[in-house]
Amino acid sequence: MEYEVVIGLEVHCQLSTRSKIFCGCSTTFGNPPNSQTCPICLGHPGVLPVLNRKVVESAVMMGLATHCAITSPNVFSRKHYFYPDLPKGYQISQYDKPICEHGRVEIVVDGVPKRIGLTRIHMEEDAGKNLHEGLGASSHVDLNRAGVPLLEAVSEPDLRSPDEAVAYLKKLRNIVLYLGICDGNMERGNFRCDANISLRPRGTTKLGTKVEMKNMNSFRFLKQALEYEIKRQGQVLDEGGKIIQETRQWDTKRGVTESMRVKEEAHDYRYMPEPDLAPVVVEKIWAESLRKAMPELPDEKRERFVSRYGLSEYDADVLTASRPLADYYEAAVTVFDGDPKATCNWVMGDLSARLNEAGTDIADCPMTPGQLGGLVKLIHSGEISGKIAKTVFADMYGTDKSAAGIVKEKGLVQVSDTGAIDAIIDQVIAANPGELEAYRGGKDKLFGFFVGQVMKASKGQANPGMVNERLKEKLKG
Amino acid sequence: MSDDVSNEVGISRNEVLKIAKLGRLRLTDAEVDALGKDLNAILGYVAKMGELDTTGVPTLEHAAEFGDTCRDDENRPSLPREEALASAPRTGDGCFAVPKIIE
Repeated sequence: MEYEVVIGLEVHCQLSTRSKIFCGCSTTFGNPPNSQTCPICLGHPGVLPVLNRKVVESAVMMGLATHCAITSPNVFSRKHYFYPDLPKGYQISQYDKPICEHGRVEIVVDGVPKRIGLTRIHMEEDAGKNLHEGLGASSHVDLNRAGVPLLEAVSEPDLRSPDEAVAYLKKLRNIVLYLGICDGNMERGNFRCDANISLRPRGTTKLGTKVEMKNMNSFRFLKQALEYEIKRQGQVLDEGGKIIQETRQWDTKRGVTESMRVKEEAHDYRYMPEPDLAPVVVEKIWAESLRKAMPELPDEKRERFVSRYGLSEYDADVLTASRPLADYYEAAVTVFDGDPKATCNWVMGDLSARLNEAGTDIADCPMTPGQLGGLVKLIHSGEISGKIAKTVFADMYGTDKSAAGIVKEKGLVQVSDTGAIDAIIDQVIAANPGELEAYRGGKDKLFGFFVGQVMKASKGQANPGMVNERLKEKLKG
Repeated sequence: MSDDVSNEVGISRNEVLKIAKLGRLRLTDAEVDALGKDLNAILGYVAKMGELDTTGVPTLEHAAEFGDTCRDDENRPSLPREEALASAPRTGDGCFAVPKIIE
């Protein structure tokens, strides 16, 4: 049978605050275990949590960026379960009154735009970390991460393919990076997602039984895990079986999803309003001041790149998929604004290729936007050809020299002087009498051969347009 | 007080056992009976609220005044690790040690 895939994502992003959500302990990663704890995040009796304002501000900005309604007052709740990494026996989260609701995110897959509904975004605290390896009969618990602030964004089941799920996750990550509220580091788990996936016969509307997949921390794993689940669930249904509602985990080594077999009663969380925290009031004036302080977001920037610089939707999309890349491009265009499309080609072409090769991030690019802008300017003014520009680019990369400086130093200026070009053409014609005769006898294809010879003799410096023009003239005889 | 318990808010023996299980409490039969009685008494007491007409009264989320109760995002000193671990029954390698977690 043919099935339609229905996917919803729950995305967790760790906020880039200095202190934890309810206490002043540091959120720095990688320090010795249990060196960043206090009675509040250790869950000692009688302590009181105090909410970090920056967490609320980050949540409001995320909500505004995704067109959500901001709930005021919104309410914290306790979610109860027992696990060694959860010192209080409950997680402080939000339940029936989350800070943001009813938003949307725009994605583009294969050139087709689509709106994905965002059910809610809420604030909560992270748990600690369990360490298992090589410890015999014990597990060890590090509570440095306990109480680190998280935002959880829950989508509507609007995604219809693994590609859409990946595009949505990329978009959300891009938004938090633009806002500067999360570092987006997926390897460390600072940006991760759970996926709910079910199948239903195409053409029907009733949702099938869903499976939840936990803690996917890369775009590739998400795609692979979803593709595997689609196949697995399709087979079960085709054989007349039933999907079991369960939590599964992606095994990266074996390339399969596995059931996690969680006990039934573990899911009775007994939510209750958190009595130790007052409901959070977000005054309109506060939300408005945050909106004004927000940077330009990916969608707005993309549209502006199209209208202002005349870039294609595709080019603008690639450039704005990373804020540092967009900033780099814009800085280069500011240096020379005569040919924004050419600048875009250099950024997306040679520069990106070079950075990829070296595994360097655009943020650490050894070539300044000024250097690249200067290069584009020389090409645009006709001082150097595109071919010479490649040489200049290679020489310039990793140095602090300007394009003009390199051209001058190496004498690479394009030869556009008719006399000089004619002299080279005369030499080439004299050296190839056989080809000349054949060309004049009707072998037009040889024209390319002569162009090549002239360019070679000029060490690539002859103006290609003029070579074409003069050569045609001279070959006529 | 237990005389006031109405059947509507009554709590069954099975529910007491379920709550005990969720709370990781091991109870004797006598304790289950006693706690069931107590829980029913508490529920009955709270059920008195149901006798009031609350039509049109907004839900009270919290007894405290609303307002800005946030703090600035600033660091305060954490506990020295020895102190953080001091009340743990078992420790190891600077961590809280717990029975092996099977995932």
